[in-house]
Amino acid sequence: MLMQLRNVAHVRSGDKGNTACISVIAFSPELYELVREQLSASQFKAFYKGVIAGDVTRYEAPGLTALQFVAEGALGGGVSRSLCLDNYGKALCSAILAYPIEVPERLQNELRGL
Amino acid sequence: MASIRIGTASAWWGDRIEPAKLNAEQGDLDYLCFETMAEATISAAQVRKRRDPSFPGYDTYLDDRMQAVLPGCLKRGTRIVSNQGWINPDGAAERIVHWLRELGARGVKVAAVSGSLITDRVLDQTDTIPENGKPTASLTDSIVSAEAYLGAEPIVAALRDGAQIVVTTRVADPSLFLAPMMHQFGWDPLDHAHLGPGSAIGHVLECGAQCTGGYFADPGIKDVPEPWNLAFPIAEVDESGSAVISKVAGTGGAITAMTVKEQVLYEVHDPANYITPDVVVDFTTARLDEIGPDRVRISGVSGKPRTLTLKVSIGCTEGFIGEDMFFYAGPGALGRAKLARRILEERFKIVGLKAEDIRIDFIGVNAIHGAASPTDREEPYEVAVRVAARTLTREEANKIGREVDGMAISGVGMTGKRVPHQDRTREVIGVWSSLTPRAKVPWSINMYES
Repeated sequence: MLMQLRNVAHVRSGDKGNTACISVIAFSPELYELVREQLSASQFKAFYKGVIAGDVTRYEAPGLTALQFVAEGALGGGVSRSLCLDNYGKALCSAILAYPIEVPERLQNELRGL
Repeated sequence: MASIRIGTASAWWGDRIEPAKLNAEQGDLDYLCFETMAEATISAAQVRKRRDPSFPGYDTYLDDRMQAVLPGCLKRGTRIVSNQGWINPDGAAERIVHWLRELGARGVKVAAVSGSLITDRVLDQTDTIPENGKPTASLTDSIVSAEAYLGAEPIVAALRDGAQIVVTTRVADPSLFLAPMMHQFGWDPLDHAHLGPGSAIGHVLECGAQCTGGYFADPGIKDVPEPWNLAFPIAEVDESGSAVISKVAGTGGAITAMTVKEQVLYEVHDPANYITPDVVVDFTTARLDEIGPDRVRISGVSGKPRTLTLKVSIGCTEGFIGEDMFFYAGPGALGRAKLARRILEERFKIVGLKAEDIRIDFIGVNAIHGAASPTDREEPYEVAVRVAARTLTREEANKIGREVDGMAISGVGMTGKRVPHQDRTREVIGVWSSLTPRAKVPWSINMYES
């Protein structure tokens, strides 16, 4: 079944300079594998439709059931230069919650927010 | 096994003060640590000092924070580590001595740690800006401030010299919390096997409520009890480098593997190589165990030898930003907002606005996620038009507010607009990062006594 990432993982944004650091943390090790397979760095960047100007690097931390996306050029030059209302990019991570993830029926009990 | 209790007292300049007082009074703490700086804090303080020589140059909430925590800390014998010194740690130390005397506490030693400010020699000590590949010399004409990020060592030295309170200039956030562990457990500055896990604990604590249920709640998916009554975290650290994260009983919020995980990963970029001045932390080996209600044990974190360089932040004047907004509601709101945008675009041509960048957004539609916002949604009931532009001069930036003024009676029907209640033009202090050799940033300690 096709779910949103919101049902599969939780997210948090941080900032350093003009680089956004977005953590995607799956609710279980099985769901982590699904996200790892279905959300690559390039898919992540494409989903932000030009908001991320630079490269996206994905780091894996399976022990924490987490992927870390480091997105360069995502913050309009950085906190003090940005013209974005959310100049720290603290709400930037919430866009990826709408990313579609295919989840097998057997993992339904591990989803949240249904 | 020896252990100590370290609590957070602030995670940024504007943080709440009651949870700090609560930790001081009820946390049964050996150490209470304040983190009060953002990336641009030092450069903003330098600019303010230049304009207003009476600005003391330390945390503007120093008085409030010290009055809140000193009684509890003195009673328990809790030592304080704080980066509230900003560009004037000696001034902060003297001010803390004043408050100690007010409380009748005599003979308390307060250490001021200096040495991070390298404005006058930054171009000699740095080469390139990794973010844009240019030499730091390209910033020559615009530099207002430069500071290196010190590690835990000067704080450890101050504690060893008997300081009950240590107040510092720029020190890397996790180092503020690592220093008490190094002092108490005798960890060597090159002992990366212990400094790795110690810095990880520091990283969890440095953002305060971000590991106790703050910046976390998402109703229906991640619920947090009493989110209006959050506590700041306490770590019960043992000499092996593992810790239990907890909080004062009776407070709201939550400490779970999920809340701690979000904070473990927060802003660390590569989780296998989180670089601090003291060590390189590898979080990928971490174990988080929920061992009781609001109690999470963090263990298994690894460390790698520290780098040869320290991070440097360079603050530069980069012009101005003008910003303002106005509102629409009811049927047709978005259409009126779009016409207002068109009017502004034409007006900016007529008044010859010279902007480096300009952005006109609709709050409620696309002001947060920009181009990544969905375009197939129903019209919002309310929408705000927000306009912002970055310019080289204050005069150009002022045109934004002046043109929004024009939208009041020369704009679109049913426009809602506030009388400006704050300055709509602000100066931009951009921050660039570079690296400097560790040996070129000597630190120093001045000791004061109440």
